[in-house]
Amino acid sequence: MTGRRLFLAGLAFTLGLAPGVKADPLGDAEHGATLFKRQCAACHQIGPDAVNRIGPHLNGVFGRRLGGLDGFRYSNPMQQMGADGTDWTIERLDAYIENPRGFLPGTRMSFRGMTDGNDRSALIAFLRDWSDQPQDIPESAPTATRTEPQLPPEILAIEGDAEYGEYLSSECSTCHKRDGSDDGIPSILNWPEEDFVTAMHEYKSRLREHPVMQMMAGRLSNEEIAALAAFYATYGE
Amino acid sequence: MTLNRRLFLGTLASASAALSAPMVWGQAKPHVVVIGGGAGGATAARYLMKDSEGALDVTLIEPNATYYTCFFSNLYLGGFRDFDSLGHTYGKLADMGIKVVQDMATGVDRAARTVTLGNGDVLNYDRLVIAPGIDFVDDSVPGWSLDVAEVMPHAYKAGPQTQLLKSQVEAMPQGGTFAMVAPPNPYRCPPGPYERISMVAHLLKTNNPTGKILIFDPKENFSKRALFEEGWQKHYSGMVTWIGPDLGGANVEVRADTMEVIVDGEAEKVDVCNVIPAQKAGMIAATAGITDDAGWAPVDPASMRSKSDENIYVLGDASAQGDMPKSGFSANSQAKVAAMAIRGELTDSRVFPARYSNTCWSLIAPDDGVKVGASYEPTEEKIASVESFISETGEDAALRKSTYEESLGWYSGITADMFG
Ligand SMILES: Cc1cc2nc3c(=O)[nH]c(=O)nc-3n(C[C@H](O)[C@H](O)[C@H](O)COP(=O)(O)OP(=O)(O)OC[C@H]3O[C@@H](n4cnc5c(N)ncnc54)[C@H](O)[C@@H]3O)c2cc1C
Repeated sequence: MTGRRLFLAGLAFTLGLAPGVKADPLGDAEHGATLFKRQCAACHQIGPDAVNRIGPHLNGVFGRRLGGLDGFRYSNPMQQMGADGTDWTIERLDAYIENPRGFLPGTRMSFRGMTDGNDRSALIAFLRDWSDQPQDIPESAPTATRTEPQLPPEILAIEGDAEYGEYLSSECSTCHKRDGSDDGIPSILNWPEEDFVTAMHEYKSRLREHPVMQMMAGRLSNEEIAALAAFYATYGE
Repeated sequence: MTLNRRLFLGTLASASAALSAPMVWGQAKPHVVVIGGGAGGATAARYLMKDSEGALDVTLIEPNATYYTCFFSNLYLGGFRDFDSLGHTYGKLADMGIKVVQDMATGVDRAARTVTLGNGDVLNYDRLVIAPGIDFVDDSVPGWSLDVAEVMPHAYKAGPQTQLLKSQVEAMPQGGTFAMVAPPNPYRCPPGPYERISMVAHLLKTNNPTGKILIFDPKENFSKRALFEEGWQKHYSGMVTWIGPDLGGANVEVRADTMEVIVDGEAEKVDVCNVIPAQKAGMIAATAGITDDAGWAPVDPASMRSKSDENIYVLGDASAQGDMPKSGFSANSQAKVAAMAIRGELTDSRVFPARYSNTCWSLIAPDDGVKVGASYEPTEEKIASVESFISETGEDAALRKSTYEESLGWYSGITADMFG
């Protein structure tokens, strides 16, 4: 593991010296695109129209200050790291993706981590394709898009009964803290309603893994999911 | 009108309760009294206060200033948490406007709708929530009683008992024997005894690797058995022996003075003996006359209302409700349903259909966490399990680690949900 880190760190240094040189420094970006789609795209967007969703968009992440995008609510520790002057480098991304909570305790990113070093370097290669540092943004269409699966618009259009959502939320708050902090279970405060609804339907249809969430979502009706989304979208703001 | 009636009743009841003129509390708003500040009671008080937005008076009666959670007390035994991290106080509940009274409830007069406290005070209620947890059934393990709990701890109500058990395990001679007398069903936290075995085994593995663990169990089977047995084999091979009913596990007697466990008439000398007796609803439920022959308080599955008294709700371990295990998660879940039902009755707020859930995490070894859970719905006859899941044997280490980390999140979440 350490060997791999040093290797990557060394590479970053070389790249820094010769910007713009399109080498094949990291992993297979195409494999990275697949990984991104499967493991990241539910929360992060990347590409021409990418915007912040549950997670910040990842265009230009290389060299960006940690917690550095305006308009995204980062966890306190992430903001603190940024305030301390930390930028995203290859090796930091590598460590963060490997073990998010190990690298940044208190992060809101609810991702268990990616133990396989080859997968990580592939993913990093893919992310790098959408960064202008180093400057090698390809002209091609975005390889990654979120919204999997496409929910029927009528489900997304359901107007949630936030008061009902408040009652239903009492079942969530046994684990998901109402103050939005994450001690091992992610915050669900202030998610865009559409993302909340999509996530719950993905659990319900078992496209997303997690036995507790599959069970919880499994018995929620479309209206109940909308009610929860409506409640949590503004709760605590 | 109710005010006068209540004051009148209160005065009468208190006049006969004690000679020193005790205090009488009468309220203008509807008054809910909650007995027991644990997983069920603290949650109920908090949700009643929070959601009624000042329309209710809520009083919480609890004898202890600090509540030590049974959940995660096994992790303390295993050295994964310090004792203080299990303790929670009632300050934030009091700040919300809940009247927190540090005393025992000693009597309930259902006709007069009053609760008597240890100090003789009498409280009137419109609705009463009874959530006293468990008490032990006398003589369920011959030779054991609360009088010998200092020698053979139960450690099944967290606090000094838990500390005692830990110090006993730490003081065990090298190669010594730890015995557990496991409880018959139903009891609080079905995986609890076996998680405890795992944590004791972890301690012994580190400090006393030739130590032995014996479990005497009256049950044919136990919660998460395949997962625990796989874990014991993997992490503590040869250390743990489970003795079920066919080998005498249901025919056990203990002798505290000689530190012996008598199994089918044969004496086994042990160094530590953790006796977890058979259980029943906390005493006050029986005092209130709402328990059945088995010692639990039957409730209406849709609301947690006592089947014996429409003004009383029973939560958590003390209730007999159907399929939900007696757990902190269940008690917390039930409390929210009851709080909603009570608010609906007293303040005409909206009442939604009841839904219940439970998940119990257990730690088998460092970073080796497992979980079991289910969702529940009320039927005519009971709270019935709808869907369930359980961790699988053979899961990879990363998943087990994240299950453990999730349990830390749950602990933080549920204690915030109970105590603010
Ligand atoms: C070792 C162990 C591990 C466990 N692990 C888990 C776990 O991981 N997850 C989980 O969900 N559950 C777990 N549990 C179960 C959980 O602790 C209980 O199911 C839960 O505490 C039940 O809540 P309750 O409100 O019914 O009772 P309690 O939480 O016991 O609260 C009852 C309260 O009432 C008070 N009281 C009693 N009588 C009176 C009276 N007359 N007047 C006033 N107050 C009174 C008591 O002092 C107490 O504070 C575990 C239990 C044990 C023993």
